[in-house]
Amino acid sequence: MSTAIKIENLSKIYRLGEIGTGTLSHDLHRWVAKVRGKEDPYLAIGEENDRLVKGGNVVYSLRDINFEIEQGEAVGIIGRNGAGKSTLLKILSRVTSPTSGRIHLKGRVASLLEVGTGFHPELTGKENIYLNGAIMGMRKKEIDRVLDEIIDFSGVERYIDTPVKRYSSGMYVRLAFAVAAHLESEILIVDEVLAVGDAEFQKKCLGKMGEVSKGDGRTVLFVSHNFSSIIELCRKGVYLKNGRVEVIDDVNKAVAAYVEKGQNNTARFKDHLEYVTANQVGDSITIEAKYNTDIDVDFPILGFLIKTNLGVPIVASNPLIDLVPYPKGKITKEGVVKVTIKSPKLMDGNYLISIWFGNSNGNVVTEHDCMSISIYGMSNQKQYNTAKVGHILPVCEWEFYD
Amino acid sequence: MNHERAVKEWDLIIEPHSSIFHLSLRDLWRYRDLLFLLVRRDFVSFYKQTVLGPLWFFLQPLFTTLIYVIIFSRLARISTDDLPAPLFYIVGIVAWNYFAECLTKTSTVFKDNANMFGKVYFPRLIMPLSIVMSNLAKFAVQIILLVLVIGYYILFKNYHPDTNLYILFFPVAIIMMAALGLSLGLIISALTTKYRDLSFLVTFGVQLAMYATPVIYPYSAVPGRYKWLLEINPMTGIFEAMRYGLLGRGAFDVSLLSYSAVVTLILLIVGILVFNKVEKNFVDTV
Repeated sequence: MSTAIKIENLSKIYRLGEIGTGTLSHDLHRWVAKVRGKEDPYLAIGEENDRLVKGGNVVYSLRDINFEIEQGEAVGIIGRNGAGKSTLLKILSRVTSPTSGRIHLKGRVASLLEVGTGFHPELTGKENIYLNGAIMGMRKKEIDRVLDEIIDFSGVERYIDTPVKRYSSGMYVRLAFAVAAHLESEILIVDEVLAVGDAEFQKKCLGKMGEVSKGDGRTVLFVSHNFSSIIELCRKGVYLKNGRVEVIDDVNKAVAAYVEKGQNNTARFKDHLEYVTANQVGDSITIEAKYNTDIDVDFPILGFLIKTNLGVPIVASNPLIDLVPYPKGKITKEGVVKVTIKSPKLMDGNYLISIWFGNSNGNVVTEHDCMSISIYGMSNQKQYNTAKVGHILPVCEWEFYD
Repeated sequence: MNHERAVKEWDLIIEPHSSIFHLSLRDLWRYRDLLFLLVRRDFVSFYKQTVLGPLWFFLQPLFTTLIYVIIFSRLARISTDDLPAPLFYIVGIVAWNYFAECLTKTSTVFKDNANMFGKVYFPRLIMPLSIVMSNLAKFAVQIILLVLVIGYYILFKNYHPDTNLYILFFPVAIIMMAALGLSLGLIISALTTKYRDLSFLVTFGVQLAMYATPVIYPYSAVPGRYKWLLEINPMTGIFEAMRYGLLGRGAFDVSLLSYSAVVTLILLIVGILVFNKVEKNFVDTV
């Protein structure tokens, strides 16, 4: 076996403050301020725009990444939001370039950071297959060859000469996926694109990609929050934490490390939220969030989602879902939201929690798997293997009749 | 052991900074199908979205000509080099529109395609090239209009323009205009990724630039002390030569034209270089 991807000392730095000022007048202002020896007016208080001091206002999205992937291997990449997964995929896809280090690749690379890129609503299904295929790097001849297969796979042959603006969203996604599934490449890079589309079709696509991976030695890199599909598809796992490779191992071990080690029951945030903490109190779970934000909070909406350590969702809620009455006339910037989850009772083990926060207009914070909670003795019962009996203890009333 | 295979070269190496002069022409060539599909997309989507379809390509220059005839010829009495005013203006308008569209559309190429550029790699230069070629298709349609208008003057007005052999220069002029529009657009597009407000300047700047080019007046009508202003404009030579070949008025000035060619070449090289430099990391700054 030979190496298909070799990543050496790869780093990617984002400079804050230097970019994102947006307009020429802002840059002129900063320049004038600099000449007069004053502070940069567009930097947030407490930041310093000193490019010589590394780590001042530079953010390492990736830091000294080193690993190799063998040809034909399927590798899952896991990590929290901001761990550098997307940046790594973007560099591998050549959408952006690294700050230092290099990557060697052997074979053609197809990258699916999105499906249906470049679809034009006015063009027909068939025209879009050609356009999208070409954007993904296929030659017209290659598309000619697999056109029938693509149409067949998508299951929209009846509408293939209809502009895609008349498609239902399901048909649109199917067509986009069908093109993606027929890309000919030795290396396939897949982002969380499989999160859309209906379950049956997703399975078909996963199947198609997995089949190719085992079949003709295709190398697959796969990012997802859904660990069960990662475990199903991949043999090897790379766990990224704060831009570094924390674990690179068998996929099961990498996922276990992600769930066990990399987490704790309190998450801290840069904006809007100060902290969120989850605790087991007796036979309930409490989640408490302290917000301190610049948005007008008319109704502090804290959403949570509890997942198993394999990433399978168990329960989720927020005040809107729970039909909590809308509080009238009070707008706050600071405060605490606390929720006590009395049911269901969970079996012993580690659970991942995702958090959303916002006001009645929408979310300003979305953090997947930002904290974990370890449950012990919540159900007060004998513990069975959760892989066999599931994670939730039902609340039952038994009656017996003669 | 198969050592030969083990030392087989890598197909692709991703590095922070490839040389500034690294322009992957082979990559560009490999994506030529994409170029044609993009041109086709632009054309098809244009006529599908409009009721009148390609007829718009005719109406726009015709109405502009009409307005110019009224304002610049009838009211302001600006010379049209002894040519019938509509003939004089329509050549200038059609050619200027092509140049202006190439420039303005190219200058917003990053903004317009940010989503696509953020998701897929392909040689970014394909996009501006597709813009220039899409506009070329439109320009070709408008040349039919030019021929029709000239034909109308010959048949019904008994006016015979002194069309001459220099008309063979026409394709070269088109390429020069395209290259000039493309390269200025590339340079501006690279700057607009950092400074958004430049994009406002572009539309307005192009409008003003038209008055510094012999579009609505002939070079010959410009007073001597202002002539240098026109001479530093690389479009001047091209416009004069086009009009000369087609209608027999204007000038085929070799020195002006070689100046245009040199400026175009320099701008093109600079444009491609800065574009190439910016495209690598533009996704991070949007």
